[in-house]
Amino acid sequence: MSWDRFQSLEKKATRNGFGDGLLDAARANPEIVALCADLAGSLKMDLFEKEFPQRFIQCGISEANMIGMAAGLATVGKIPYTGTFANFSTGRVYDQIRQSVAYSNKNVKICASHAGLTLGEDGATHQILEDLGLMKMLPGMTVINPADYAQTRAAAAAIGRFEGPVYLRFGRPDWPVFLSNEEFVVGKALTLKEGKDVSIFATGHLLWNALEAVRLLEKEGIDCELINIHTIKPLDVDAILKSASKTKRVVSCEEHQRNGGLGDSIAQVLVQHMPCRQEYVAVNDSFGESGKPMELMEKYGLGIQHIVAAVKKLV
Amino acid sequence: MKSVAELQSIASQVRRDIVRQVWMAKSGHPGGSLGCADYLTALYFHQMNHRPDFSMKGEGEDLFFLSNGHISPVFYSVLARSGYFPVAELKSFREINSRLQGHPTTHEHLPGVRVASGSLGQGLSVALGAALGKKMNADPGIIYALTGDGELQEGQIWEAILAAAHYKLDNLIVAVDYNGQQIDGPTNKVMSLGDLKAKWIAFGWDVLELDGNNMQTVVDMLATASSKLHQSKPIVLLMKTQMGAGVDFMMGSHKWHGIAPNDEQCAAALNQLEETLGDY
Repeated sequence: MSWDRFQSLEKKATRNGFGDGLLDAARANPEIVALCADLAGSLKMDLFEKEFPQRFIQCGISEANMIGMAAGLATVGKIPYTGTFANFSTGRVYDQIRQSVAYSNKNVKICASHAGLTLGEDGATHQILEDLGLMKMLPGMTVINPADYAQTRAAAAAIGRFEGPVYLRFGRPDWPVFLSNEEFVVGKALTLKEGKDVSIFATGHLLWNALEAVRLLEKEGIDCELINIHTIKPLDVDAILKSASKTKRVVSCEEHQRNGGLGDSIAQVLVQHMPCRQEYVAVNDSFGESGKPMELMEKYGLGIQHIVAAVKKLV
Repeated sequence: MKSVAELQSIASQVRRDIVRQVWMAKSGHPGGSLGCADYLTALYFHQMNHRPDFSMKGEGEDLFFLSNGHISPVFYSVLARSGYFPVAELKSFREINSRLQGHPTTHEHLPGVRVASGSLGQGLSVALGAALGKKMNADPGIIYALTGDGELQEGQIWEAILAAAHYKLDNLIVAVDYNGQQIDGPTNKVMSLGDLKAKWIAFGWDVLELDGNNMQTVVDMLATASSKLHQSKPIVLLMKTQMGAGVDFMMGSHKWHGIAPNDEQCAAALNQLEETLGDY
């Protein structure tokens, strides 16, 4: 199949994908319950609340208690999905997740919206860019950052069938939908385009930017391989090494700090098995600020042209 | 169900186990463990419907969550003496490759432990989740939780206290180890708790007060608490205890919160505690 199939026919937010995927999961499994810290509308959990009011637990603005309650619900056999913004899903409750969920190996799904710069106008207090790093450091935690509405929907359903703690990260803005026909398997990278010059590994919203960059680069005769790493942990090491062994040049793209994100996970694999040059497209040790999502992407180095430039540095 | 005399006899052995675990490990927390020996003995040997052939879900059972995980020696002793794991395993407390970690954990698969605790303030929230889950599952089991009083300085505890009343978790009995001591000194000096009874009442709980080191009172108050279940309110036992209860030189201050007795001190402590079920 040609990679031309990755076109955006519509725009939809990944958080809508979460709301719909949660419903898909809940219809399939009556043990699934949802907890929310006063953001049901923002996370599109109101759909679940409406269909399954007895399985919806409003926790109020008490995220620490919400995480603990989820651990208790999991203990007696429920499959809890917690929902709040990514900032309040991670940094605010890190020790609760570490002790009551990860160390206790509870089957809790921590679902986090409004991650990264694309949260937009609310500014840096809410634009967490450290969450993937925080979560991937926890032993036993699976970390997933889907790229569009369809993949987020598939991921939200898939994690309900997956035993163990999961961090699922998604976002606020309407975003191109282009992965509607792709299979989602936890931990399995998705190759969008094969190529021989440079390997681009992208996660989350930046996969679309990377795809646009690949199209521009193709016109200039640069043949990129584009791979979507939706599961940051466990990392699909085989897919990374297979691609890097071919191209010997790597670009990582993520809406996250370069310290501790996907790029660092990839670098760790490469330095051990196949040292090669790598460029990071990520936020460079900085907080964000208020602004429109696309303006922020441009200002903080996550735009399409930033990916083009990163590739050109390597060829 | 056991008589008060039988429970007192078990509690004496539990106290010996506590002292000997901490002595052998040369570290641990004897003070709060000794103070809660009577309550946990009453829970595990008299009050709770529980099965030592442990399953994590504990379907149909009463479940206990220890929020103040540092008093692991008393928890381990009552679990072992109840048959969850061999009593001889108490020897491995705080040793490398042991299931009896310094603070309790599910990570090493020790039967009887359902969540890790140690970082304070989290266990009550977990207990709330289990209580809510039991209700959703139409499971008649009761959820018990124990917190320290110093632990009430953690903000998360008050989130949980607020939420339990909101959800009308009337299948939940929480006990506070109200010994008035914490690591740095008397609780009222470190960070005053004020009128605890009034605070819990204001949050919508049914509050019972008791002497947690009088076995007859503990058994009676647990019966009273049971009679108050299923009335739309969570229940809290404000349990006055003595840190170090049962060993005279460990009582009366915070000094024995987190230190181990040396050989002589251990012998002196064991002299005050009758060996009733056989030391391991």
